[in-house]
Amino acid sequence: MILQNLVWTIALAGMSLVALGFIHVIRQAGKPADDVATRKAAHTSNVLRRWLFGAMLVIFVGATWATLHRFPIASQHAALDIQQVVDVTGQQWSWQITPNTVRAGSPVEFRVTSKDVNHGFAIYAPDGRIAAQTQAMPGFTNKLVHTFTQPGTYRVMCLEYCGLGHAPMVSEFTVVAARGG
Amino acid sequence: MAALTMYPENERLAGGNRAAFNLYVISAVALFVLMMLLGLIMRMGQATWLAVQPDLFYRILSMHGAGMVGTAGLATTAVMWFFLRAHVRLHLWAFVTNYVMFLLGAACLIYAIFVDGYGALWTFLYPLPVHGMGLWSPDAAAVFMLGYLLIGVGMLVFYLDAAAAIIKVYGNLGRALGLQWLFRGTIDPDHPKTVVASTMVIISNVLGILAGAVVLVMSLVNAFYPEMALDALLAKTLIYWFGHMYINATIYMGVIAVYALLPRYSGRPYPISRAFLWSWAVSTVFVTLVFPHHLLMDYALPRWFAVMGQLVSYGAGFPVFLVTMYGALTNIYRANLRWTMPSRLMVLSLFGWAAGIVPAILDGTIRVNLVMHNTQWVPGHFHFYLLLGVLPMALALMFHVIGQRAGALPNSAADRLGLPVYLIGGLIFTLAFLDAGHLSVARRMATHLPEWTGTDKVGSIGAMLVVLGMLYFAVRITVGLLRAPARGEPDEGPANTAG
Ligand code: HEM
Ligand SMILES: [Cu+2]
Repeated sequence: MILQNLVWTIALAGMSLVALGFIHVIRQAGKPADDVATRKAAHTSNVLRRWLFGAMLVIFVGATWATLHRFPIASQHAALDIQQVVDVTGQQWSWQITPNTVRAGSPVEFRVTSKDVNHGFAIYAPDGRIAAQTQAMPGFTNKLVHTFTQPGTYRVMCLEYCGLGHAPMVSEFTVVAARGG
Repeated sequence: MAALTMYPENERLAGGNRAAFNLYVISAVALFVLMMLLGLIMRMGQATWLAVQPDLFYRILSMHGAGMVGTAGLATTAVMWFFLRAHVRLHLWAFVTNYVMFLLGAACLIYAIFVDGYGALWTFLYPLPVHGMGLWSPDAAAVFMLGYLLIGVGMLVFYLDAAAAIIKVYGNLGRALGLQWLFRGTIDPDHPKTVVASTMVIISNVLGILAGAVVLVMSLVNAFYPEMALDALLAKTLIYWFGHMYINATIYMGVIAVYALLPRYSGRPYPISRAFLWSWAVSTVFVTLVFPHHLLMDYALPRWFAVMGQLVSYGAGFPVFLVTMYGALTNIYRANLRWTMPSRLMVLSLFGWAAGIVPAILDGTIRVNLVMHNTQWVPGHFHFYLLLGVLPMALALMFHVIGQRAGALPNSAADRLGLPVYLIGGLIFTLAFLDAGHLSVARRMATHLPEWTGTDKVGSIGAMLVVLGMLYFAVRITVGLLRAPARGEPDEGPANTAG
């Protein structure tokens, strides 16, 4: 499952859970409880609170570890020793991408910068979904490392608003099959 | 615990207070409707149901962004003022100054956008404002920024007056936050939640506005002396510190309405607790530090900065959020809640906040941000908690107030219809944005790829319902505020004593 679909599923599930919780409380909100029931409800909610808090803590620590133990962004200062290097420069309103053919199966280092204002360098896979992105900022060069698995034509779109020609600021590059693959 | 009175004497609106409150509220609801119409135009433009030229689209987007953020600030400032003045002595002139500065600032924004062609959006990301490529001049950008400065100064006046008033009563801001009770001591059960929340907002939003003022002045200097170039990354950092803080503050000002009103409608006291004080103390610090999550795709920043962005955005809103959800939901669970407009809106606002936080947190994760940053996932999550969270908080107070004027808690047949229209429209509208984000539809684009227009169309339909609902609320509230106050308490009057 690609990441976007996973995230969408988690979001829908999480929001539905919240909705169910609210529906439950709302259905009970107009039915006053007697003293015994109130005490019981207070006890239940205390237990619930502890569980909720514990669950949150576990999710928090787990999610942090799972998403960060292999840091998803390449080191920006050390030399990366990557064979395929692509220089990317954005300007109002076009991209300059050299070379514009890379090979699948081994990492590609994109060195992304801008000549004028902020742009966003986003790589759209042939299926129309974003594969990776970084900012193109004047005065800075951001290194984006990505390993392509699918050969094909990839579309580059600008994801940081940069004026009138922002939406049509589109380009392409080609990913060819891995050597011997 | 003070007795639960529906309309306590110290919240009465009379004379100048009433006029000022009416000005705030009527301006806010009118602006909400107008800005929503602009939003609808953009959404229908993306759906290709309307022909909107790109230059007009980006000017409308600039107006909608700045206008909505400003109006949300205006409406929730009225909420904070309404409840805070019952506990400390606020000066009416400060509240009115903020309003006047807001109008002057708004006039600058409108002039810059619709006369001078400014289209560099509400975030004025350097150096775009001075790089209009002939569409707008640096002068237009300067007028826009001047508008922001005026609005910011107005807010500062209001906050500083509030800070002074709080210090007069509580000695210092720390005691107002209740820091003295974090570890020991018996918490004064009458210490108002309103004061705790207001103090947090004052501290964090004053810092945010000052960061904004710094970058605005830097950008203004640069607009007139282009040779004084700025560091783009530093400018971006300051802008997001300010922008994020400002819009976040609206939820912390708005939630005051829930703290103050919910117990009156549920008939059950809503006591202050140590967990409550802890949550606000922690969030005061975290909320000021959460902005780096806007910069996760700026790889040039040090790694610890990105990690902090992820960790803090997991943790920032969370304490207040959890404690509020838990407290509010147990407050109404099996209580004798009266389902009238204010209580319905409060419950809706809690839902909007709780559900909206799910996609927000996901996007704060670096790995997710890598594929979701600047897609419509972003407007998806913030419209969710603004439309279904912040606005309902402010609307709850407005309906509460017109209930007193009318002599009956608002609960007409039209009310009972208007709210679901707004809610269902809001859900369709925001979920369409989130779905678009999941499909990698970029945000802030006047023209969409043909394969993107499906979610645009669904979103437009949702938006139409939201506009209808809001239009109804706006008329209802305006009419309700302008009628002469009813004598005495409404029928259902004093407190809701059951439970
Ligand atoms: C009927 C209600 C609304 C509609 C139809 C609407 C529509 C839109 C649209 C189409 C966009 C641009 C999305 C894109 O980037 O592609 C947008 C952005 C935005 N909206 Fe709304 N909106 C509504 C309500 C609100 C409310 C209530 C608020 C705040 C209180 C708000 C604040 C914003 C902000 C801050 C932006 C970002 C502007 C930017 O990207 O620079 N909107 N809205
Ligand atoms: Cu762009």
